Amino acid sequence: MKRFAALFAALDRTTRTTVKTAALASYFRSAPDRDKLWTIALLSGRRPRRTVTTTALREWAAERAGIPLWLFEECYPVVGDLAETIALVLPPASRTSDEPLGHWIDEIRALAALDEPARKARILDAWDRLDATERFLFNKLITGGFRLGVSQKLMTRALSQATGVAEPELAHRLMGDWTPDSVTFDGLVLTRDPAADLSRPYPFYLAYQLDDEPAALGDPADWRAYWKWDGIRGQLILRGGEHFVWSRGEELMTDRFPELAAARDFIPPGTVLDGEILAWRDAAPLPFNALQKRIGRKSVPKKLLAEAPVRLMAYDLLEWRGEDLRDRPFDDRRARLDALVAGLPPEAPIMASPPVAFQDWTALAAERARARDLGAEGLMLKRGASPYLAGRKKGDWWKWKVDPLTIDAVMIYAQAGHGRRATLYTDFTFAVWDGPALVPFTKAYSGLTDAEFRQITQWVRKNTLDRFGPVRQVRPEHVFEIAFEGIQQSPRHKSGVALRFPRMARWRHDKPASEANTLADLKDMLAQYG
Amino acid sequence: MVLSVTDQGIYCAAGDFHIDPWRPVDRALITHGHADHARPGHRAYLATHAAAPVIRHRLGDVRIETIGYGEPRRIGDATVSFHPAGHVPGSAQIRVEVAGQVWVASGDYKTAPDGLSEPFEPVPCHGFITECTFGLPVFSWAPQAQVMADIDAWWAANAAEGRASVLGAYALGKAQRILANVDAAIGPILTHGAIEATNAVLRAQGLALPDTIQVTPETDPRDHPGALVLATPSALGTPWMRRFGPASTAFASGWMQLRGVRRRRAADRGFVLSDHADWDGLNTAIRATGAETVLVTHGYTAPFRRWLAEQGYDAHVLSTEYEGESLDTPDPTEEAAA
Repeated sequence: MKRFAALFAALDRTTRTTVKTAALASYFRSAPDRDKLWTIALLSGRRPRRTVTTTALREWAAERAGIPLWLFEECYPVVGDLAETIALVLPPASRTSDEPLGHWIDEIRALAALDEPARKARILDAWDRLDATERFLFNKLITGGFRLGVSQKLMTRALSQATGVAEPELAHRLMGDWTPDSVTFDGLVLTRDPAADLSRPYPFYLAYQLDDEPAALGDPADWRAYWKWDGIRGQLILRGGEHFVWSRGEELMTDRFPELAAARDFIPPGTVLDGEILAWRDAAPLPFNALQKRIGRKSVPKKLLAEAPVRLMAYDLLEWRGEDLRDRPFDDRRARLDALVAGLPPEAPIMASPPVAFQDWTALAAERARARDLGAEGLMLKRGASPYLAGRKKGDWWKWKVDPLTIDAVMIYAQAGHGRRATLYTDFTFAVWDGPALVPFTKAYSGLTDAEFRQITQWVRKNTLDRFGPVRQVRPEHVFEIAFEGIQQSPRHKSGVALRFPRMARWRHDKPASEANTLADLKDMLAQYG
Repeated sequence: MVLSVTDQGIYCAAGDFHIDPWRPVDRALITHGHADHARPGHRAYLATHAAAPVIRHRLGDVRIETIGYGEPRRIGDATVSFHPAGHVPGSAQIRVEVAGQVWVASGDYKTAPDGLSEPFEPVPCHGFITECTFGLPVFSWAPQAQVMADIDAWWAANAAEGRASVLGAYALGKAQRILANVDAAIGPILTHGAIEATNAVLRAQGLALPDTIQVTPETDPRDHPGALVLATPSALGTPWMRRFGPASTAFASGWMQLRGVRRRRAADRGFVLSDHADWDGLNTAIRATGAETVLVTHGYTAPFRRWLAEQGYDAHVLSTEYEGESLDTPDPTEEAAA
């Protein structure tokens, strides 16, 4: 663990990506293969299965530290990270350990087969053999949520520097359904042939948000526009008579969307489609919360299948007859996609996202204004000549979302954040007026600057009316403009509505609480956009 | 009660004076020069000989009487004396005795010696008013020598790479503590004007600090390669700093113990260095007073009070205006939390 801890410390103590890349590349040149594999796995969101509950970890840590559990629980929201809280309260270790990262991961996985007292003994023993940083990392391996300030892109770049394998090729090799147990470093990184793995997806090409006017993009004739749908971005892979569905977060979701299996009946093997998985009925998308019900279910009950049937709204064709098309111009790929989809019968669960025709940018802006009525989030702009790149890249693809809906609301509860927002009040509950009463309708925790969060934190501390565990009820005084992408009826919420992507657009210092919006305003929005 | 709290501050009725009052009073006993403890507008001030110069520097022409550590003074029906708090040079705990009852107001304190401030001395008392800025068991300070070695290593590595090392530290106390303990042979030391002004005051009263060069608009960093630049926390990330080019940045604060706060500061390094007592320091100091009654203020008051009550103390929260609500914000730009 010492080498991994040194890597962590080096990554954690700089904000410069060049320094991080160099530290990681140096690690990839020198660490044992198994540690390298686990490091790649952890940095790409793969982690060992949890074998100890956090409740048990808290109790054992408090006991070992000689403090009552309630005091440990007071510390946690201040630190904002359970693994770190445990590492900080424990007394210094009495021994040291030279075992590598892989050993400790095996140790954690071995706990699954043990009973609770044996687990406790092994954990206490580990805590006593690891220094403060190693202990934090060990706890993190158990609790998950590993954030080292290293994006997958940065990790791929460092690995490329260390191995000489080109970045896009590496990105592709690291995709898909592998675990450190199922591959070797050599097999995964150095010699892997992605084509040999039927299920392997391509790295997703992601667009940046267009903040300027599209006129800056140049001649409209070079650009294509498509509706941007609000579902789950995914790849449908048809190879060797099987099919696989991957989410953008590299989660294999084949079983969650059994409808898509029918694609095998209509589309030949050797085909990969990029698109949006949508709950769809009567020629229109269902609201996102219909799809949400499907996401959590590994197997889908019949009733839900009938209520929220899904389809793939295809955006792009990445592979056809076993050939990788990503280097070809978008117009070519799209022409093949259209030809493919045109030949499908209506019962096939695949559609192609319809193009939005436009002569000039002004006309396109008018189309974009219709997006909400169609159940779309806005437009995607793609250069006709663009290849399908890997990762988030500027230049050829842009998302041009509709302006969000907004409502002015009163902050009524506040809770401290986690991670780098620990000790700051960042998670707020907002309410609108219903007569003389304030009705909570949404939470939001992003959109303010750090300086604003510090300012509101000071205020929260001085204006707390009541406490419910970590939640503080505050004086209903401050008004925030809440921006959101959509609004739905929801029987689970007191207000009767649920918002999509709510965030704080600005702090309305200019408005007293009495001038915030009302529940009637919210219901009007529901009637219009819901 | 020997001491109570009024709208103005901690008050001793027997002597008709306040300790570190936050609103103007006739007679103010001041523990140390930080802005939340030494405020302007009082008619008369009493502080230690070593604390007075900084208070004068900050508050201008105020009427200050000074007193030596351990020197008893009769004020009305009370006898007061000042005792080292180890927080910053000149800082004091204030002992107040009325009719055989002894109370001590700690101001801010730290128990480990720092090589610059007069080391903390426990003062036996019946009632102890303690700060608890870091009153949770997640706060535990490494020995100062280790932290200074880390700062030296960081500075030396930057110097070797031709980069300046910009370290944010509070202008009174922390900055001088670092000055007095780093290895000045590594390179030149530049200072922000606010820090240099405090240096001048402390040098004039006899504190030994290594040579420093104040940064002015004319300062060219190329004349001082491999420099350690001591900046006020609020100067970090401002145009003031840009002159140093691609410097490595760091903060020195107890809050740097928390990774989340460290990451939020977006500095390259966070050195855990506080002028307040850590969890063990607070508990040890309280035990050493022998006090039965402990009033907690200034920090994680609610959990710390409960902890003390469970240890058998008659513990209460004292609401003051330097109390935690505004000052326990882990923002190193705020002096009381530095």
